[in-house]
Amino acid sequence: MIFGKKEKKEPAPKSQAPKAPVSEPIAKEETKKEERPVANKITVGHVHMSGCTGCLVSLADTYEGLFTILDNYADLVYCLTLADARHIPKMDVALVEGSVCLQDELSVEEIKETREKAAVVVALGGCAAYGNITRFCRGGQWNQPQHEGFVPIGDVIDVDVYIPGCAPCPQQIRNVCVMAYLLLKGNAEQQALAKAYLTPLMTLASEGSKAVSSEACGCDIMTKVINQGLCIGCGTCSASCPVYAITMQYGKPNIERDMCIKCGACYAACPRAFFSFDVVNQYETIIDAINGAMNPGGN
Amino acid sequence: MDYLGKYKTAVAARSTSAEVLRCSQDGGIVTSMFLYALEEGIIDGAIVAGQGENPWQPKPIVATSAEEILSARGTRYNICPNMSVLKKSVRQYGLDKVGIVGTPCQMQALRKAQLYPVGLRDVTDKIALAIGIFCMENFSYQSMKQIVEDHCNVDLHSLNKTDIGKGKYWAYTNRGAVSQIPLKLTHKYEQPGCHVCLDYVANLADISTGSVGSPDGWSTVFIRNNNGENIWNKAVAAGVFETKPIESVKPGLELVTKLATEKITKNQKELEHRAKFGVNKGLRNPYI
Ligand SMILES: Cc1cc2nc3c(=O)[nH]c(=O)nc-3n(C[C@H](O)[C@H](O)[C@H](O)COP(=O)(O)OP(=O)(O)OC[C@H]3O[C@@H](n4cnc5c(N)ncnc54)[C@H](O)[C@@H]3O)c2cc1C
Ligand code: SF4
Ligand code: SF4
Ligand code: SF4
Repeated sequence: MIFGKKEKKEPAPKSQAPKAPVSEPIAKEETKKEERPVANKITVGHVHMSGCTGCLVSLADTYEGLFTILDNYADLVYCLTLADARHIPKMDVALVEGSVCLQDELSVEEIKETREKAAVVVALGGCAAYGNITRFCRGGQWNQPQHEGFVPIGDVIDVDVYIPGCAPCPQQIRNVCVMAYLLLKGNAEQQALAKAYLTPLMTLASEGSKAVSSEACGCDIMTKVINQGLCIGCGTCSASCPVYAITMQYGKPNIERDMCIKCGACYAACPRAFFSFDVVNQYETIIDAINGAMNPGGN
Repeated sequence: MDYLGKYKTAVAARSTSAEVLRCSQDGGIVTSMFLYALEEGIIDGAIVAGQGENPWQPKPIVATSAEEILSARGTRYNICPNMSVLKKSVRQYGLDKVGIVGTPCQMQALRKAQLYPVGLRDVTDKIALAIGIFCMENFSYQSMKQIVEDHCNVDLHSLNKTDIGKGKYWAYTNRGAVSQIPLKLTHKYEQPGCHVCLDYVANLADISTGSVGSPDGWSTVFIRNNNGENIWNKAVAAGVFETKPIESVKPGLELVTKLATEKITKNQKELEHRAKFGVNKGLRNPYI
């Protein structure tokens, strides 16, 4: 087990540490964590741009999961709804919800400030990542002139990680939180795993931050999967669409483009969008690690 | 490359239920496993290939009764997007413990979905039993129709069973006639996405099964992880399956390894070929 059940082990006496020099300080760090869980936490903030708060609800929707994260791994240093801080502080990870309203000077300033203050900026949810409903509220509605005023945060700042979807899935947020923690505080093995896990979400971010492709669409699975001869007709895209815009017709996805709200979930979920054997072959270890992390008592 | 994936044990097995075997493709492993799991409460439903709109067209269904699971017996050699009803199985059918059968690529999709559940809130932690079936290639519905009707000269309405084995594509009719064509003739109809597939024996399933390696009517079964082992052992103890050591049957794992190696090597070449497609262009490689 990579993570989680450490509490059960007796901390190894320092003098004996037979491991490679790299892992020794980490063993110490973990020992410290057991005694004073707070020492090893990362700092996280939730930055609210123009979004519906659904992303924040999803973050909280891990039920006790959120408390476990806050107890053991992260201090919520900024969150207008849940934490008592008015100004964006320095933090390790900023979870940004919502797109940037260009007409609102404060929003533009705040997103720039977020980039300055946060080591890792995560676009949490479709609006932050791709504009989503703030930009393309077309689900049977007329487009509205004000839609051009909202841009994904990647149009204004560089973004490190995307969590697509509307609303983003609580378990996806949890997995990213745990992996971000491992990346920043874990030992070499944990960091390698976390990096491999996060890489595709970082690639989505670097692709999404390019002005030409800053939006997502069901069309992505057409252009980047089907037109590339990669689709296998598994149906994951269809299951992942929050508005049921994708139906499977003769084994291939058919997208009702007028219904698509441009959340980016389908493409991110597609096994032929990205698939890392290094990560997925370890599915049991990773699921155990995440369950272990979310259940630090081991019961 | 690990051609057969991680597994704990491999056996040759066959269902002990005559009713299952009457219409199952091979040893009735998938159907009997789900029937047992449903009865024991290990799953409360399973995503299987039901009957679609057209003859021999499968459609993913969420089977919650033994009758429905039985109705899905047998392989339909065309695409059945089983993952597409995963969210539905939890949200609309209210399943807490989901069983799912699928090709190796569908098992890959499933495990990716568990690690990156982008649009599957509260769904992926409810997967209770994932059974993979071996797969060399798949076909679109139209391709399958073309193969059976044009090449095998069998009307889909009188078709009783299709099978791929011993280098041939077989079509059996309801009246007992058999038509076979060299598998080579079917290659051009394969789903393009299959040509970059790097998994033959559903490496990521809990339990995976196929005909290759075992005698006719029997199946080769890989028990791959703790969950699979746990359920498999219980089922065998309950008399659901008869088993033989895989070493004792012909052609055994040697043939499975040979075919897996052939498939994966060919498809790795295809990925290399795609990378150099065109002039300074290249097609995407999804395996980053
Ligand atoms: C496209 C395809 C290619 C295959 N290629 C090989 C191969 O190269 N070598 C090999 O040994 N075996 C292959 N198989 C597997 C084999 O045909 C049998 O499905 C397997 O041995 C299970 O037999 P069984 O008697 O245990 O299952 P049964 O009890 O008959 O149950 C079969 C199960 O498979 C499901 N199913 C049927 N069609 C599909 C489909 N199109 N997609 C997803 N699920 C489906 C049904 O819902 C049912 O639950 C392939 C299967 C498919 C679908
Ligand atoms: S098709 Fe659905 S999942 Fe894909 S981007 Fe549009 S709304 Fe999102
Ligand atoms: S998820 Fe990807 S591979 Fe699967 S059906 Fe959709 S586009 Fe095709
Ligand atoms: S060959 Fe691979 S991609 Fe094609 S259906 Fe079979 S498992 Fe899926």
